[in-house]
Amino acid sequence: MPRQEPKERRCILKFEEVSVIFEEGHAILDRVSFEIWSGETRILLGAAGSGKTVMMKIALGLLRPTHGKVYVFGEDVTGFDERKWFDVRSYIGVLFQEGGLFDSLTVEENVAYPLLNQARFMAGGKKPTAESVRPDVQEALNFVELGKTMSKFPSELSGGMRRRVGIARGSVTDPELFLYDSPTAGLDPITANTIITLLIKDRELRNTTTVIITHRFQDGHLLANFRYNPEKEKLEKLPSASPFLERTKFMVMQNGRLVFEGTEAELAISRDPYISKFSMHPATKVS
Amino acid sequence: MLAGRATANIVRRPFYGQDLILQMDAIGVGSLPITVLIGFFSGVIMALQMSRALSQYGATGQVGQITAITLVREMGPVLTALLIAGRNASGIASELGSMKVSEQIDAMRALGTDPVKKLVTPRLLAMCVTLPLLTIIADFVGLIGGYMVAVPLLRLTTGAQYWNNAWRSLEYNDIAQGLLKPFLFAVIIALVGCLYGMRTSGGTQGVGKATTQAVVVASVWIFIVTAVITRIFVNL
Repeated sequence: MPRQEPKERRCILKFEEVSVIFEEGHAILDRVSFEIWSGETRILLGAAGSGKTVMMKIALGLLRPTHGKVYVFGEDVTGFDERKWFDVRSYIGVLFQEGGLFDSLTVEENVAYPLLNQARFMAGGKKPTAESVRPDVQEALNFVELGKTMSKFPSELSGGMRRRVGIARGSVTDPELFLYDSPTAGLDPITANTIITLLIKDRELRNTTTVIITHRFQDGHLLANFRYNPEKEKLEKLPSASPFLERTKFMVMQNGRLVFEGTEAELAISRDPYISKFSMHPATKVS
Repeated sequence: MLAGRATANIVRRPFYGQDLILQMDAIGVGSLPITVLIGFFSGVIMALQMSRALSQYGATGQVGQITAITLVREMGPVLTALLIAGRNASGIASELGSMKVSEQIDAMRALGTDPVKKLVTPRLLAMCVTLPLLTIIADFVGLIGGYMVAVPLLRLTTGAQYWNNAWRSLEYNDIAQGLLKPFLFAVIIALVGCLYGMRTSGGTQGVGKATTQAVVVASVWIFIVTAVITRIFVNL
């Protein structure tokens, strides 16, 4: 079921001067500040080692910032201990670079995992069972067009299929925020486009706030310029005056610093030699 | 810290009862055949060794007493614990180590579940329940092994005398240390296995290293703890 769009937009994720210093004097993240509002899509670009995944891990509470403040769903989570984070994380969907699937569990068990193990689904002492969550699991797998792989193990799936199972597992709890770490890395262009189509579909049918780490400008271009048409069941280009164009923003990381934040049009006119590497004209890049 | 968190999680919701049952099955039922085998041959060897020593003093009738005391106080708990350390501390360390290096532990945290609660607490509880039970079984089967040597094989004593001596020689002190030791060994094996597993780094080579370290460290601690407990009980 699509979630109703909230009447008032709210800040979903906010970094305030966040720094992470692993070794003395070497900042992995250097005073990074940004805000992401509900319904927005952020495309996080940057070279390898520029701090993209560290940012995602901080947003999930898997790493703690050395300085600065982090707000998730409007709440200051900087000082949260691990137990408090478990509750926050249960409202965040995440796709790891390689899918992050549990290799000893079947596809069905992987997708059912958050429903069966998160404390928020056990409220009132009523614990869900594999049977009770099966319709939700089936729906999530149908969404990623893998409804017939329930009994397979991750090792029996291709790289693209594993990512799709990861998307199903992340979206089965209907999260307000979905973080994707390089969802198309290492995939062929056709599979990569299938994954991005699923991301757009999830974003629009569920009204999910989406953050995507990627190396591919094409991914960002598709997310910024296309919408999913449920009647035709395919992507279609947004009209040039569409307000949705403003909802997708690009961020570029360089050596732990956020060096660009803006729309695709703003990215395209940047004269910075590093930033312009991620902003080549779509007509020449998008296949 | 790991011990504290794992213990505190026993009373915190949500409870992962199914994981506990699965671990009890893997550790307890899975280790039962090898425990019975080792326990039986411990008793056999003990009776064989004692038969020679006791015959020198014309006290072969005491074989039941010696076998019972040695098995219940020391050999049953220590041999069973070493066996479980080899079998399960390594299994726990390699399983959790593989999950750590393939980022499955991070995925578990990211999916809003506590890896300590989901992975460590069920293993700790299962080990604390099953290891004392396995030790009791090993002790009993060891006594049967001793009986097989002492009565039908070497005819050192009668069956009634063997069992009577074995039963009467055991005091509350022996039973207490025979049950306290496996409980403490269970805590050591589970926590060492989980700790080395969850601290694994360095890919598949790291998993192998963590597995070896877990078995070695658990085994060493088993000997240290048994020495300390024995020292305490000897003075009681």
